[in-house]
Amino acid sequence: MSQEVISRPSGTLSGDEPSLRGVFTAYTVSATAWLLFATFVGILLAYKFGAPDFGPGAWLSFGRLRPIHTNDTFYGWASIGLVGAAYYVAVRSCRTSLYSTRLAWLGLGLFNLAAIIGTIALDLGYSAGDLEYREWPWPVRLIFLAALVVTAWNLIATVARRDTDDIYLSNWYTMGGVLWTCIIAVVAILPWYQYGLGQVAVSGYYMHNAVGMWFTPLALGIFYYALPKLLNRPIYSYALGVLAFWTNLAFYPILGAHHFLFSPLPWWLQTTAIVFSVAMLVPVLAGSANYLLTMRGRYGELAHSYPLMFIFVGVVGYLVGSTQGTVEAFRSLQEVWHLTNFTVGHSHLTMYGFVTFAVWGGIYALLPAATGKHPSQLGYALHFWMALVGSFIYVISLSIGGTVQGLDWIHGLPFIQSVVDMQPYYVWRGVGGLLMFLSHLVFAWNVWRMTFARHAEPATPALAEEATA
Amino acid sequence: MNKLVLIAGGSTLVYLGLALLMGVFPGIALSLTPPGPGVKPLTPIEAEGRDIYVADGCSYCHTQQVRPLPQDKVFGRPSAPGDFAYQTPELLGSERTGPDLSNVGARQASDVWQYIHLYNPRAVVPQSIMPSFSWMFDVVDKAPAGVSSVPVPKAFAPAHGVVVPGHQAQALVAYLLSLKQPPLPGAEAMAGAGASAPAAAPPPGGAAAPAPGAASAPAPTAAAENGETLFVNNCSGCHQTTGEGLPGAFPALKGNAVVNDADATTHMHVVLFGLEGAEVGGVKYDSAMPAFGDMLSDKDIAAIIDYERGAWRNTGKPITAADVAAVRAKGK
Repeated sequence: MSQEVISRPSGTLSGDEPSLRGVFTAYTVSATAWLLFATFVGILLAYKFGAPDFGPGAWLSFGRLRPIHTNDTFYGWASIGLVGAAYYVAVRSCRTSLYSTRLAWLGLGLFNLAAIIGTIALDLGYSAGDLEYREWPWPVRLIFLAALVVTAWNLIATVARRDTDDIYLSNWYTMGGVLWTCIIAVVAILPWYQYGLGQVAVSGYYMHNAVGMWFTPLALGIFYYALPKLLNRPIYSYALGVLAFWTNLAFYPILGAHHFLFSPLPWWLQTTAIVFSVAMLVPVLAGSANYLLTMRGRYGELAHSYPLMFIFVGVVGYLVGSTQGTVEAFRSLQEVWHLTNFTVGHSHLTMYGFVTFAVWGGIYALLPAATGKHPSQLGYALHFWMALVGSFIYVISLSIGGTVQGLDWIHGLPFIQSVVDMQPYYVWRGVGGLLMFLSHLVFAWNVWRMTFARHAEPATPALAEEATA
Repeated sequence: MNKLVLIAGGSTLVYLGLALLMGVFPGIALSLTPPGPGVKPLTPIEAEGRDIYVADGCSYCHTQQVRPLPQDKVFGRPSAPGDFAYQTPELLGSERTGPDLSNVGARQASDVWQYIHLYNPRAVVPQSIMPSFSWMFDVVDKAPAGVSSVPVPKAFAPAHGVVVPGHQAQALVAYLLSLKQPPLPGAEAMAGAGASAPAAAPPPGGAAAPAPGAASAPAPTAAAENGETLFVNNCSGCHQTTGEGLPGAFPALKGNAVVNDADATTHMHVVLFGLEGAEVGGVKYDSAMPAFGDMLSDKDIAAIIDYERGAWRNTGKPITAADVAAVRAKGK
């Protein structure tokens, strides 16, 4: 089989069996519900920076809502959204059918069960420790692990029954991501090496691996399928994609300790983390270049296709956010930015500008093909522009504010001055966050149009062509 | 099938190796870090307070790691590996929306201040954006025997009754007050801390030269020589930036007899060695003032005292670091 042929995701878009359509729809709807909930909590948190007495009482206190916001965006929204798309990509690119619909539904149930119990537990004060992104009590994380195992099994078995010789690149990323994350989850749960400073080392490992070996590969896998599909041309270079795959695997797991620069963790561990943060430029540049070159000469089409726009923003978010991560890892810059709101800006640039836009791009590129229904142009436009402008305001205000905060400390001003100086930036962050949340409401409407709505919006010519291609 | 085994299996094996190398092995090795000198396990009530600290997510805004950087000196000495022996789950944190708490038990040793601050942070720090933890307190008609009510300023107090700390508040404050960095014994200990951080260890100019009589004293920096900044960082939590204190809780320095006394010996003595059960202007205060002699150098204390004696229309005569050293030498 020639490179040209395998480089293009195969499969026809007509005649998706109802079971696959049902699975993809259910995962998307479920993820959307978590997005709405988690970002509503985010708005509440942003508001509390200006009105700390708002919502008194333990249940509504900042310290309990904050991990609910992060965990539910991670494990409710992004995880469920990505897995749903990964199933669809696996089936279509392997020209086969889903290995087990029941397993897919079981996985969805487990993901949701974990997120629901985890949310309630955190709000009641049952936290495993303020260990970022693994605050859920360990039994809840076991449920999440079970969901991962079920997903890995189902994805691999689906790829195993493929009708193609080669395994399309997307599936490398999605299968790998799910399998690696099973390991991450086990490492995070086992207690024997997690005392005091030892647990700090595990936290550094966990935090960045949960992002870099779970969300990143799944989002990249979706890019590799959706982008060629939307453009109706093969990916620029299969080899570049393979290079990015292996280098991402080799470098990403090593850089976790850069979250604890200047901490009492061994200095060599911190330095190693910085070195590999720089090494990450290889997979990031290889991957981004591959996507951008796939679009070469066709950028004009962005104006006609919102799904393409979402994916383009996701790719740029990946490039900019990851490069920013490398830069942030240098000690000289960490001195200013570490522990400030700059980090919060960075995490939103990556988890939102990259991952969330990737999920949206994937859903908009693939779900209409699965269901035959499209959102309206107005729905696309409102969602896209409010999310884009909102996240710009969010990231820029916190990046400037975080820098001011860091410089205040360096200049030896009384600490409270840095709190006072952040106020206008907290307000702007709230404005950006509100726009983002409004865009999610529109997204929910769009999802409804793509799934349960009775009358589908007549597709634009470009999309119609896409849908029957 | 072979391709599937290679891609999924091969990459997973590679990842497993890296996860062991970067997660599990460092975890095993560092879990064995012995406690540093003077680092003690928590008492039951302190441990209970720590659980509340975790449950209510305090460490999303407060770090417990002092970096070997000049800007972190206000929070204490650089954290050493041995500081974390009894800290599971770890609470190093990733954001400083509020100040670092590694040494808050020494920096803000007054339980009265801690209670008022928890009940409503804005009662003692007007610009604070910390949430109120009032649900950990009870409002009663009269404080039961053996329990002191919290002297919450009128503007923040409930309309009727008095505020008494509930069990949660007592445990949390016990934990906060237990957060004291034990001094690292001499230069050897500094080298010990440096072993984990040689390259970043005190940058040029900020070398950690122990101040006289204070092993853990932060070294002066250009900014720290500013008496006002030092006052805001160390004193204004209780005495307020206005120098007016909080009626019934912390005495005013503005117009204070000791501060305006031509003989500054008592003033210096109080700052160096602290005070308990003080009676100022006919009012008796339950809150204890911590001894700053252990935390600040003579030069810093002189800067603070000079600031206090000149601010808010006070007319106390300025003093020098040598005067402070003389009082310190005489001892308590």
